[in-house]
Amino acid sequence: MNNSSMFKRFSIGILLVWLSVFVLLPNLMIIVTSFLTRDDANLISLTFTLDNYVRLFDPLYFKVLTHSVYMASIATFICLIIGYPFAYTISQLPKKIRPILLFLIIVPFWTNSLIRTYGIKVLLAKKGLLNALLLNLHIIDEPLRMMYTEFAVIFALVYILLPFMILPLYSSIEKIDKSLIEAAKDLGASKFTTFLKVELPLTLPGIIAGMLLVFLPAMGMFYIADLVGGAKNLLIGNTIKTQFLNIRDWPFGSAASITLTVFMAGLLFFYYKVGKSIKNRGNNA
Amino acid sequence: MLKRHISKVLLLLVYIYLYTPIFILIGNSFNASKYGLKWNGFTTKWYELLWNNDTLLQAAFNSITIAVFASSIAVAIGTLGAVALFKHQFKGKKFISGLLFVVMMSPDIVMAISLLALFIILGLELGFVTLLISHITFCIPFVVITVYSRLSNFDNAILEAGKDLGATEATIFKRIILPIAKPAIIASWLLSFTLSLDDVIVSSFVTGPSFEVLPLKIYSMVKVGVSPEVNALATMMILISISFVIAAALINKSDKSV
Repeated sequence: MNNSSMFKRFSIGILLVWLSVFVLLPNLMIIVTSFLTRDDANLISLTFTLDNYVRLFDPLYFKVLTHSVYMASIATFICLIIGYPFAYTISQLPKKIRPILLFLIIVPFWTNSLIRTYGIKVLLAKKGLLNALLLNLHIIDEPLRMMYTEFAVIFALVYILLPFMILPLYSSIEKIDKSLIEAAKDLGASKFTTFLKVELPLTLPGIIAGMLLVFLPAMGMFYIADLVGGAKNLLIGNTIKTQFLNIRDWPFGSAASITLTVFMAGLLFFYYKVGKSIKNRGNNA
Repeated sequence: MLKRHISKVLLLLVYIYLYTPIFILIGNSFNASKYGLKWNGFTTKWYELLWNNDTLLQAAFNSITIAVFASSIAVAIGTLGAVALFKHQFKGKKFISGLLFVVMMSPDIVMAISLLALFIILGLELGFVTLLISHITFCIPFVVITVYSRLSNFDNAILEAGKDLGATEATIFKRIILPIAKPAIIASWLLSFTLSLDDVIVSSFVTGPSFEVLPLKIYSMVKVGVSPEVNALATMMILISISFVIAAALINKSDKSV
């Protein structure tokens, strides 16, 4: 064996081994664990069961599950409502200032999200800045209780995840061929029709990518629910964490996280299909 | 005309929304009032308290150690991997890209519990080693993608030319590929460093009491109640992150002139 093929083997081998041992193997273990039975002494005993998945439908957990999906969906929707016009506006601005504006979106994204969640806590506190502002503007007469509510969780999720919505939206809006918009205009379409029939369908992959990038991490962010949500507004991430670290019911925690992963994979598959069908439509036209 | 104004107001509001909490923290780190609700005058006492808080400084030191090691090792493995993926067709290429995709897309919490399960089965004590392995794992895909996309902007012919002139694989790597990929390598190191420094979810599962890291320390401090040292600490972390991101952006920008 000569030197070059040694080098190649080494480069590929180390990555392959690393990913197999620390990604593939652990994931397989979790899948297996989710079908096993809990055991107080050894964490798990090797008895096959579907019970862990059935238990997810137990009202106690099912409520957390649906509430978590609900909060994540609302946050995703708000991100889209804010993010789309925002990305659209940026794409209309002169090329020179766009990178700076985008950079300003990325900076908070790279600062510790835990610290930023703490900032939200200070902002939303009963004597915090937002209440003070609303009081001074005479919009409210007495401070609102915003912390430890559903509102606080959604507010924080939107805050942390908004950049994930804006960036893919921007890149898909920016890519639109301007001549298509001109063509629509020449053919007499109003601005609204052009948006609805040309721009919106063309940016659909960006919209879906953004929604996935917000929705998926949202359900796992247990520390947000912990810090601003209180006991009533938990996310799936909190359930998984409690099962693993506190109750030490690994099989059930595994089942919950497998469910989360499968749910995600389904959404990704949907995204892939939509992207493909849009491409096909473009080719046929 | 009105429409233009509306869209500008929207931009402004979003930036205010994104930056207000950060500025509140920075402001409060100099605020003499403990609860940070009113301005009670300028002070640096929280920074002094921070400086004298040994457990917090130890946690900060641990975090930085992990970040340096994790990003360096991830960059080494990721760069070699990206180059191999770029240059060669081989069996298992799809398998590797698939696993990289799994790491990128699976929620942090799923990755955290799967690694925890692995470490427990292997009988590893939770601490430095387990934390390091986990951080390397979530940084790798990031490095591979950054370096790979940098390489794919380049003409394969340079590599062919090198080969024709008799350069060995290692020489080609050292003399051609590394210089081309250098900006991406540095950028991915800096970004891996911030990823590692900022991780909460994975770290809370895979480290033990013997090795505390900063985000977890902050998490427990913040959960209990108000502690103004956290503001001072947060301000310093924000400054570090921002300067790293700016450095990464500048380095990545300079590569376009190569």
